This record gives sequence, C-alpha cells and structure tokens, in this order.
Amino acid sequence: MPLNFALLAVLAAIASGLLPLACAKSNRAIKLLAFPLLGLAGLCGIIGGGLALLSGTSHRLILPVGLPWLHTHLLLDPLSGFFMVLVGLVTLVTAVYGPAYVREYERGPQPLLPLTVFTGLFIVGMDLVLLAADAFTFMIGWELMSVSAYLLVTYQHQHERNRSAAFIYLLMSHIGALLILLGYGVLAGFADSFDFARMAAAQLPLGWGSAAFLLALVGFGLKAGLVPLHVWLPEAHPAAPSHVSALMSGVMLKVAVYGFIRFTFDLLGNPHWSWGLIVLFIGSISAILGVLYALMQHDLKRLLAYHSVENIGIIYIGLGLSLIFAGTGHPALAALGLIAALYHCLNHALFKSLLFFGAGVILQQSREHDLEKMGGLIRRMPVTAGCFLVGCISISALPPFNGFVSEWLTFQAALQSSVLSNNILGALIPVAAAVLALTGALAAACFVKVFGVCFLGLPRSERAAAACETTLGPRLGQIFLALLCLLFGVLPTWTVAQLENIARLFFSSGMPEATAHGWLWLTPVSSEVASYGAPLVLLGIALAWLLTWLWLHPRRRRFPVRIGPAWDCGFGPLNARMQYTATAFTMPIRRIFRPVWPITEEHQAPSAENPGGRYRLRVGDWAWLKIYQPIGRLLLGSARRLAMIQGGNIRAYLAYSFFTLLFLLLVVSL
Amino acid sequence: MNGWLLAIVQTGLLIAAAPFLAGWVKWVKCRLQSRQGPPPWQPYRDLHRLFGKEVVVAAVASPIFRSAPYLIFSVTALACSVVPLVAIGLPTTAIADVIVLVGFFALGRFFLALAGMDIGTSFGGMGASREMTIASLAEPAMLLGVFTLAMTVHSTNLASMISYLLENPFQLYPSFVFAAMGMVLVAVAETGRIPIDNPATHLELTMVHEAMILEYSGRHLALMEWAAMLKLMIYSVLLVNLFCPWGLVVDYTPPALLQGLLVVTVKVLLLGTILAFAETALAKMRLFRVPQYLALAFILCLLGILSHVILEVN
Amino acid sequence: MALTQLSLAEQLVLTLAALILFTSFLLLAQNRIVSLIHTFAWQGVLLFVTTCLMAANSGRHHLFISAGLTLALKVFFIPWQLRRLVIKLDIRRDVEVVGGPSLVMIAGGVLVLFSYYVVLPIRELSFLASRNTIAISLAVILIGMLMIITRRKAVAQVIGFMSLENGLFFAAVVATYGMPMVVELGIAFDVLVAAILFGIFFFQLRSGIGSLDVDHLNRLHEVDR
Repeated sequence: MPLNFALLAVLAAIASGLLPLACAKSNRAIKLLAFPLLGLAGLCGIIGGGLALLSGTSHRLILPVGLPWLHTHLLLDPLSGFFMVLVGLVTLVTAVYGPAYVREYERGPQPLLPLTVFTGLFIVGMDLVLLAADAFTFMIGWELMSVSAYLLVTYQHQHERNRSAAFIYLLMSHIGALLILLGYGVLAGFADSFDFARMAAAQLPLGWGSAAFLLALVGFGLKAGLVPLHVWLPEAHPAAPSHVSALMSGVMLKVAVYGFIRFTFDLLGNPHWSWGLIVLFIGSISAILGVLYALMQHDLKRLLAYHSVENIGIIYIGLGLSLIFAGTGHPALAALGLIAALYHCLNHALFKSLLFFGAGVILQQSREHDLEKMGGLIRRMPVTAGCFLVGCISISALPPFNGFVSEWLTFQAALQSSVLSNNILGALIPVAAAVLALTGALAAACFVKVFGVCFLGLPRSERAAAACETTLGPRLGQIFLALLCLLFGVLPTWTVAQLENIARLFFSSGMPEATAHGWLWLTPVSSEVASYGAPLVLLGIALAWLLTWLWLHPRRRRFPVRIGPAWDCGFGPLNARMQYTATAFTMPIRRIFRPVWPITEEHQAPSAENPGGRYRLRVGDWAWLKIYQPIGRLLLGSARRLAMIQGGNIRAYLAYSFFTLLFLLLVVSL
Repeated sequence: MNGWLLAIVQTGLLIAAAPFLAGWVKWVKCRLQSRQGPPPWQPYRDLHRLFGKEVVVAAVASPIFRSAPYLIFSVTALACSVVPLVAIGLPTTAIADVIVLVGFFALGRFFLALAGMDIGTSFGGMGASREMTIASLAEPAMLLGVFTLAMTVHSTNLASMISYLLENPFQLYPSFVFAAMGMVLVAVAETGRIPIDNPATHLELTMVHEAMILEYSGRHLALMEWAAMLKLMIYSVLLVNLFCPWGLVVDYTPPALLQGLLVVTVKVLLLGTILAFAETALAKMRLFRVPQYLALAFILCLLGILSHVILEVN
Repeated sequence: MALTQLSLAEQLVLTLAALILFTSFLLLAQNRIVSLIHTFAWQGVLLFVTTCLMAANSGRHHLFISAGLTLALKVFFIPWQLRRLVIKLDIRRDVEVVGGPSLVMIAGGVLVLFSYYVVLPIRELSFLASRNTIAISLAVILIGMLMIITRRKAVAQVIGFMSLENGLFFAAVVATYGMPMVVELGIAFDVLVAAILFGIFFFQLRSGIGSLDVDHLNRLHEVDR
C-alpha cells in the first residue's frame, strides 16, 4: 500500500513533467497541468513515505525491467519513507507557490515549458533515488536528478554567470557520481551483485570497507556540499529560480545525505569509529566555515546557500557522533546521533525552503538581490516578513522552534562522550560540540543581520520602498511551512518516536528512554540526564506574555502610545543612508575572524573633488583560490600539452584508433 | 501540586528580587568609590516611574518593536522558573536544561537585536551588531563550561547537577575550578557589565545594551530594563548554586525553605559585592579587546575539559 | 584511581597542576613583556605551593628546600632580574608579535592531548596518586618549547625556556617526590647561571645587532644566497 502511493508519486511527477509537452503553446495550460500534478506527486509522496515511516515496515517490489541480468529492485523502508516525506512536503509547497512565482518568467525571454518539464523530472529523479534498492536504479535516479537540476540552474541562460555556475555544478556532480559508482563497485565486488540486500549481507575487510566509505563520503559530500567540496553550491543556488533553489537546497542535499546514510549505515554496516571521527571533523569544519562565509554575503540567496553548507555540516556532526558510538558499541547513543541528524534533515528541509521561498518573494517584489538595497519590507509585506522571521528563528536554533530541537539532540549525543573508553575522543567530542555552539550563535547573528537589514529599518532603495505583498499562493505556501516549523519544534517527542523506527533498522535497541515520559517531555538519555518540555516552553512564554500584558493593561489605557519621530540626536531627520548596513553589521566579526576569508578592501576618503567617498569590499572563498583554481590551471596546462596529439591529420587519428585496438586486444588476452 | 506552587512562588520571588540585586551592586560600587549612591531599592522606584509614563514610539516602528519588550520579558521570566533558587527538584526545572536556558537567552537577545535595528537609527544597528558579536563568542564558551560540569555530573538538568553535588561529599574537581572561572567571565560578558559593557554609559563609542534600547520609553523601557536585571539575577543565582550549592533545600518544609532563602540571599549578595569590587577595580575594555577576553574564557573551559579527561577519569 | 578516592590534599595537587598548565597557556597568549614576566612569576608561586604541599603530605622534608629554592629563584630572583633588564633595555612597551595567536592556542590544546596520549603507557608505572600529572608536566614542557619557537623576542624565549624547566621540575616533584638533592641543587645553579648568561647575551645581542628580535640573527648565516 505505501509503495503504491510512492509509485503514484513517481507517476504523477512524470506526468507533471511530460504532459505539458502536449500543449507547449499555452503557458496557462502548462501551469494548469504541471503544478497540480506536482502537488499530487508531493501529496502521494507524503502519504506513501509517511505510512512506511509510521508503521516502521519495509515494502519491496521487483519490476522486470532494467538490465538483462538485473531487474529493478524497489524498496520503501522507514528511512526512504522519511526522505520521501521531505521531498513530498517541499514539492507540495512548490506546487502551491509556483504558479504565481513563475508568472514573471512568462514575460521573460525563455519559454516556461523547460522549467516545468525539468522540475517534474527532477522530482522523479529524487523519488527514484529514494526508492532504489539496487545500485543501477540508484545511479539512474541520481543522474536524472543531477542533470535535470543542471538544466534548471541554467534555465536563465542569458546571463553568463548562470551558465558558468551550472557548468561548475554539472562538473562537480559528475565527479561525485563517478566516486559513488566506484564505491558501489567496491561493494558489488564483495557481494557479487548490485542488489542492495546482497550488498548489505556481504562482509568487507576493514581496508576495503574504509576505501568504500571514503569514496561514499567524498562522492555524496560533493552533492551535499561539505567543505571544501561546497563551491558549486553558492554559485548554483542563486542562479536557479527561487522555488527550484528551495527544492535543491531543501531536498536535493538531503537526498545526498540519504545516499550517505544508506551507503554507510545500511550497506557497509559495522562502522569503524575512526570513520565517525572523520565525519565529525568534516562536519564541524563545514558548519563553522559555512556560517562564517554566509555572514559575509550580501546576496540573499547566496547567503542562504552558504547556510546550507553550515546545516549539512550540523547533520554530518550528528552522523559522525552516531558512527563513533556505533563503532565503539553503544547502539542506543548511536541511535540518538542518527535521530538528531535525521531530525535536522527534516528541519533544514522546512526552514531552508521557507527561507528560499521568502527570498523568492522578496526578489520578485523588490527586484533586488542585494541586501544593501533592501530595508523596511516588513511594512510592505507583513505576511512574508512574519514567515521569514519564523524561518530565521528556526535556522538560528532558538527555542521553541524546530531548529533548536535537533541541535539540542546533537548536543545531548555529544555530551554522552564520557561513556567512551577512549579519553582522547572524550575530549575531542565536546570541542566539536562547542564548535556547534559557535555555529549556532553565529547563525543567529547572521539572521539578525538578514532580517534586520532586509525587513526592518528604512528602505534603502526606491524599488524596496515600492515593493508590495505577494499573491495568495506563495503566501499560503510560506504560512504552511512556517506552521510546520513551529509544530515540529513543539512536538519533538512525537517526531523522535517516529524517527526511532528508522534508527531501529540499524540499531535494534532504539532509544527506549527518549519518549518514555509522555508527549510533553523529551528525554533523550534519561529524565535525570536531560529533559526538554517543548510544549511547556511555548505555553510558558505565552502565559508570561499574557500575564504581563494583562498586568500592564490598565496602564495602557491611562498612558496610550504616542507616535512620534525617531530620536535623531537633534541633527535633523534620519534617512536610510544613516542606518547600519549589512557590511557594517558584520564588521566586528570580520575583524575577529580575519584570516578566514580572502578579503580585498578599498576605501577612498571623501576629498574636495570627490565628496562622496567610496568603500568597496570583496570577500572571496579560500577553497576556490587555494584548491580549485590550482587544479583548474593544472588541468588546462596538461590539456594544452596533450593538445599536441590533435595534429589534424586524419591518418594520425586512424592510427590512434588502431593502437588503442591493439592495446585493448592485448589486455583482453592477458 | 505543592511543587508547582512552590515553583511559581520561587519564580515570582526571583523576578521581584532582581531589581534589588542590581541596586545593591550599584550601591556597593558607589560606596567603594566614596560616593553616597542611591539606595539599593532605587531600581524599584525607577521601574515604577517608567511604568507610569507615556510611551513614545517612532512612526516607522514595526510590530516587532512593540512586541519585543513583552517577548523578552516573558522569555526571561520563563528562564527564571527553570533556575533552582531555594529548593531543588521542582517540576519546572525539568522543562529546560542548561542548554535550553542558554537558548532562552539567545531568543531574548535575537529579538533585542531586531528591536534595535527596527527604527533604522545607527545607534540601534551598532548595538545589535556588537551584541550579536559578543554573544556569538560568549555562547560557545558558556556551553563548553556547561559541558565540563556535565562530564562530571552526567547531566545537563540543573536540578540533577546540583543534587549530584549535594549528595556526594565535597570533592575538589580541577575541572570545576576552570569551569567556574570561565563561566564567571562569560556571565560578566552576557549580563553586560564592566569590563565588557557599561550599564551606566550613554557614550556611543562604548555602549552595547543601551544602544539597542535607546528608542524605548515608558513601560516598554521598564520591561527591557527589568529583563536585563533578571538576566543578572539568573546568572548570579546560577553561579552560586552550581559552584556552591550548599544551603539548597531538598525537603519542602517552611523552616527549611526559610533557611534556604536566607542562605541564597547571602550568597547572591556576596557575589554582587564581589562584582561591585571588580567593576570598581577594572576599566571598560575596548570593543576589540573583548574577543581576547572571551577567548580566555573559552581556553579556561577547554582546559576544564582537558583536566577532566587527564586528571579525573581513569 | 578515580578522583573521588583521593584525599583533599591530593585533589589540591591535581588542581594546582591544572592551574600550572593554565599559566603556561597564559604565557603562550600574553603579548606584553612585563605581563609575561609576571605570569612566569605566578607559575613559580604555584610550583612553590605544590612542592610545599607535596613535602607536607609525604613527609619528605628535603622537598621544602626545593620549594624554597623555587621561591627564591623563580618567583623573585629571575623575574626581578628580567624585569630590571627589560627596564634597562627599555623594551617595556614592546608589544610582542605572536604569529597567529589563535592558531598557537589551538596548537597548545593539541599538545596537551598529545602529551596525554604519549604518557598513557608511562602512567601505569607510577603508583602515586599524582601520576596523572605527568601528562600535565609534559604538556608544560612542550608548550614552553612551542613558546620558544613562536616568539621573536629573546626575552620571551628565555621565559619559554624557564617555563620548560618549570615543567621538568614539576614532573620530578609530583611523580617521584623530587630528584636527589645534589641533582636539584645542580639544576637550580644551572638555571641561575643561565639567567645571568642570558642577561649578558641580551646586552651583546643589543649592541651587536641593535635589536632583541632573534629574526635579525638570520643575517648571520654562513651560506651566500
């Protein structure tokens, strides 16, 4: 039954992609066909995945198509069901949000059709990856996802910037796919089959297991955006239309995380603790560098993209802890780490897509990318501002919203490091937790900057001053996601109980204590160790607010609020240029963490002939300067040298083929 | 039921006593500087005066500006209910552990900074920027200190932490010495006292907290000020009760409770006096010296973890 | 042996050990020469207190002599000498340039973990309650060396060297109740001579190359580049 819904989701997504081809002429018909079908795909995904997750059962299906010796194996277990729900949720909101959002593309130079076709295929690809139970189907889904995402990023290909961003993305995602394929190759070498069930049953020696693990870490890490493999992310996300960015950042990165979990926890099994240490280290580095780079961005979507790097880092910290605990024989704590990571996957999917949808609305209504040109939008678009605020609070990991719960669970997992007999690990893990705390605090600083500069204060440009609230569809989509952010923040116990079904797949014990004290209390290890009553926190804040309000009510009647101009220190009216800018806001942090970024700063003091004065700040990315550019130069240099063999002589080319043939025959005969 | 009642009374007590602590510190400080000084209960008069004043709100203010005082005060009040003041084992302490408590402060600070940026004056932006910078360095140090304690007591719930220390005979944990030093430094930074921020200044080069609430008046300002006092109170109670838990009550009989109240009052006033001494002896730091100060706090907490691992575990 | 089984005095020794490590970190981070000298003196005070405590606790009274030597030499004489030198050479206001302070601090933290890891097998040989402090003293030694490497000014390097010696002395006191008296006196004498030699060396350095920055010594290399 759940599998039928999942298949229906795939079919609906295919239909959403392909049916509009029949009526390519009319934009209206395209929209009427594509988006409802997309919504249906999302809804079926939620139902199917949700049923599998809630019931904790696995459903298999073997379709007699595919390679001659390998049928297509499909599997819907709680793990893939959970990720199916994530894909479904964001797809559903996209379907609600999209029709109004794509209106501006109807007037643009491109036809609308490619956007809807590839969005549909993108969803198909992701669902297929989640459902696949053999490496062949997995890779087909993976490639479908990667390539259609490439075509979506390059949708507005009139801009040079978008084309190069899309190329970088395509290149990196294919290197990643190659590594994943090699990883599956290692597994298949021991299992003699591409079927996941046989792969999981195979026993690998530690050396080969580690090799497969490293291939998977880098391969899936390229897609997930771990530092230093993240460089495509801040380029591709701003280039894509906003609802596609939401899908890419909110869900596609999660699919990569799913791949990593499936590969490491399920197929490899028996993790070694040192793998966990590597994952923990890379996760911490990604988290801290992601947020530090995000702080320095002015382009709203680029900033959000760097935050995806940060959040993927947080997820990997949870996974790393889980691997360490699993490798040292603490299954209950390993389950805790895994659940923390999965919970953060859910949260990140919700709040990041909410923020991208909000950014899309801002972009559409104010036509500004640059934070420095926004301001005062809360008065022009209150609903979007409210939802965006919810997203900001959630991503900054503040109670009682959802981002906090998963970070709290990660902290709790990290704090259990004292059970490890290896004291060095016991000292390193709290340091990783402190890095996580630093990340959370810096994220809060970053989102104060974003919300404060973008929505509060006075408008910094005419276009920002003229922006107005969006239509019903986008508003509904955002409100839905904002409500979910609150809901999953307030009901963590229920959510954790469901996620335990996934943890039981790999660690039979689960976390018996976590939900033992009723829905009010979340007690990951035991009630003595730590407890968090999320509903009570919300209730407490509301109660205190109400009491304060009631207490001050008589005074409110006696001393009403007087509206007046802001205090200008007696210098005359304030204007928008006097406000703190986004650059100014992050200046102390820029100065404290100076070596983290390659910064070029130019300033020119005001002089007689140039009364304005100028300040210019450029923040680059070290990964780009120190890793990718040298590699690029090396490649180009060696390519130039190899170009010698391109003589242009046709007989030479034939000779190449001839020698290749000779060589291959030799290899085959050996 | 008894526990819930006691918890509510204790929270109310904490909220009511907070202005006195702020006044006490100010009074002791004045005395140390050979000034007459306002009496310790002056903050109550100030609050009363502010509550009875008209509220002026800038024309460009958004709903965030108006709701922030209520939200910040409510969150801080909720944080009060989590802190064990006189008795431990109250039901409210299970709502949140120390990490959630840090989260409450972060939530309050988030809205404080937003409220500062709402009007669009440069003061507000400046204060918000500085506050968030300082907080983003202080928070990890604070949590590392908490982790150091948690590694010994195997808990992050305040009640269990304290009762572990009360139940076991006195031990001198090297890691606690470091955690205490680190957390005192962090607490000074978080509550905006000298040498990080000066609560009495209105000089734009130096102010942090005052810059953010510059636009507030009347009851809004009163709530903001009170919330800041509450924060000082919570940190003081937390420090004295975590590192010197003797005197906390386990059984809820009236004489025991009265005695516990007396002990905790003496402890907190003593800490306030020490704070006043420190504020008199130290000068306010330059803003860009603050990272070094907080790095010191971080190193202390890190050494706490290391000394726990090296010296205390076997 | 867990901490809770130790007596209060032994716990105090452990705490003092941790504090000595802390002063090492302070030395690493300190960027003013006069404060550096003061911190070094405080490290000496802690060492003195530890030695006295060990002496009183174990009843080995010859340790009191070591403690007295420590107090006289490391708390008073050497800091006083260095301070005098600094005043005479007028480098009080010199702000030391430390290459990447946060990086150096992280390196210090890593060194502590490293020395703990290295010492794990050695620790099993000692049965004293304070054997856990061997890792701490090794860390103090290594951090002293790190300080010598990362500092440019000769005075700071001398202090690094002295704190290295503090680490050695501390290891001797807490792990084996001190070295034989003759050796200890010899070492104390050595340190004294070293301090005086360094003083002369500073003046020579100053008159020779006009600065106390040891990077200027690079000019003295033999090979022509």
